[in-house]
Amino acid sequence: MLPHRIEISKIVEENELVRTFVFDRRIIAEPGQFVMAWLPGKDEKPMSIANDYPFALSIAAVGPWSRAAHRLKPGKHMWVRGPYGNSYKLKGKKIILVGGGYGIAPLRFLYARARESKVDTTIIMGARNKKLLMSLPKGKNIITTDDGSAGRKGVVTDALEDLLKKEKYSCVYTCGPERMMKAVVDLCDRYKTPYQVSIERYMKCGFGICGQCAIDGKLACLDGTIFDDVSKFKEFGREARDASGRKIEE
Amino acid sequence: MTNPLVLASGVWGLTGGNLVRAAKEGAGAVTSKSCSLQPRRGYGNPSVFHWDNAVINAMGLCNPGVDEMLDELRFAIKNAGVPVIASAFGNSFDDYARMCEKMRSVKPALIEIDISCPHHEPGKKVAKPFACVARDAAQVTEVSKEACGKVPLCVKLSPNVSDIGEIAKAVEGAGADAICAINSVKAMVIDVDARRPVLANKVGGLSGPAINPIAVRAVYDVRNAVEIPIIGTGGVTTGRDAIAMLMAGATAVGVGSAIAFRDRVFKRIAEEMEIFMRDKGYAKLSQIKLEE
Ligand SMILES: Cc1cc2nc3c(=O)[nH]c(=O)nc-3n(C[C@H](O)[C@H](O)[C@H](O)COP(=O)(O)O)c2cc1C
Ligand code: FES
Repeated sequence: MLPHRIEISKIVEENELVRTFVFDRRIIAEPGQFVMAWLPGKDEKPMSIANDYPFALSIAAVGPWSRAAHRLKPGKHMWVRGPYGNSYKLKGKKIILVGGGYGIAPLRFLYARARESKVDTTIIMGARNKKLLMSLPKGKNIITTDDGSAGRKGVVTDALEDLLKKEKYSCVYTCGPERMMKAVVDLCDRYKTPYQVSIERYMKCGFGICGQCAIDGKLACLDGTIFDDVSKFKEFGREARDASGRKIEE
Repeated sequence: MTNPLVLASGVWGLTGGNLVRAAKEGAGAVTSKSCSLQPRRGYGNPSVFHWDNAVINAMGLCNPGVDEMLDELRFAIKNAGVPVIASAFGNSFDDYARMCEKMRSVKPALIEIDISCPHHEPGKKVAKPFACVARDAAQVTEVSKEACGKVPLCVKLSPNVSDIGEIAKAVEGAGADAICAINSVKAMVIDVDARRPVLANKVGGLSGPAINPIAVRAVYDVRNAVEIPIIGTGGVTTGRDAIAMLMAGATAVGVGSAIAFRDRVFKRIAEEMEIFMRDKGYAKLSQIKLEE
């Protein structure tokens, strides 16, 4: 698919790092799927879908591409192709969503789906400090910050362990830095709770042809980005590959 | 080989794990991503996308460098259970010789030299891929052949020439044991809204179903020029496409972009070929020929 040009209709300032770009159109997609977003003359990057209708992308200003995106105004355009990848699958009636930093964006989309299906959902959102939190829908929310500037002082896994200790949950869904997700997965394994994680790897094609996003003989863009069996992976939480395909520490 | 289907270079084959997966999914042999003496990050994105019934790419020959690639190849040779073909490229004749020398140490079934990437122009002096000039193609084949030792050498040719038969002859004369044809077809896609070529590198290579007739013609021309085996590659997506490649003169059939068009593509192509052969009463692949 060629990248499609779409017009930005609204930009929501989530916090000092993250803006949500809203497009006045629908994308037929499920939570966890992603698009490749191109700014002509600049790079093209994989971006999690933050909402289907209206279609939205939450972009953190972390590099040259995303800073260029943040300079765009409503009425300007982005070019996207997709959606690609598999999606989070709702399992059971009582779930937890664990988001680290802007990893909360696709989980808010999943939350909307969970609510439609009347699934009892708790959200745990963690960030380094208050200024890096994003807004959450009303509900059972737990907030953690590393410095204690909002919510509970500590990390998401502290809050997660308290919940898993007390009650049985049908599934834990997580998105965020890989080290955080690794800690979440380790906890889930300890408490024998199923989990679904979103794996990020350097991507080029996005549709499973170039082999760039390899993780343990699987392709993050085609077999993932959502996996429920990463405990078995040798590379998860340990190593990734750069643009040349060389191994680097995760 | 359990079937004549070969995973084409650059599709999936960046890692040993991916090569093993292709074998598990039914490829009769697998080719690694072309690699070079030094690591290369390749071009920026967009570097590959679908265009209609094709794929266009300018990956920029990204690879982790031969030393890391040898680890990936060792893993694949140990675990794939099918022949593994090691693909190499360089910027000079000397690079190719050094690459082949390194690659033969892991004893791949075949060393394939990629001298035909449409968006790679080696050195400054030679403005064209070696596969586009008969003299260069012969010379790179000769030095590579010597460096390969006992491992047979396959040379990958380009469709972006006026007479591929002439190049094939030169390569055969210089000692190649096999030919792979074709690499992708030089191409460009422009986004008229952005008023820019979509690929970051502007120019890239077209592959997938749309180029199949170009590939079939190229294989036919090569067959009329040489005797050595040919891996017929380009747009093969169905059993009938694979049969057409064999009829054009191929000995084995490369499959690359098709994995982006069909699930379980190796198994399905192999099944479709079997059904065709059974229906038509062919007992062996070598009987599949054009009518005289
Ligand atoms: C994403 C991509 C990367 C490729 N990389 C290489 C490469 O590194 N070396 C090479 O010899 N051919 C490379 N090719 C070309 C293929 O091996 C094959 O010759 C070509 O795509 C035509 O076959 P197909 O239509 O079955 O894909 C690449 C093709 C694609 C689509
Ligand atoms: S990004 Fe190309 S295979 Fe995943």
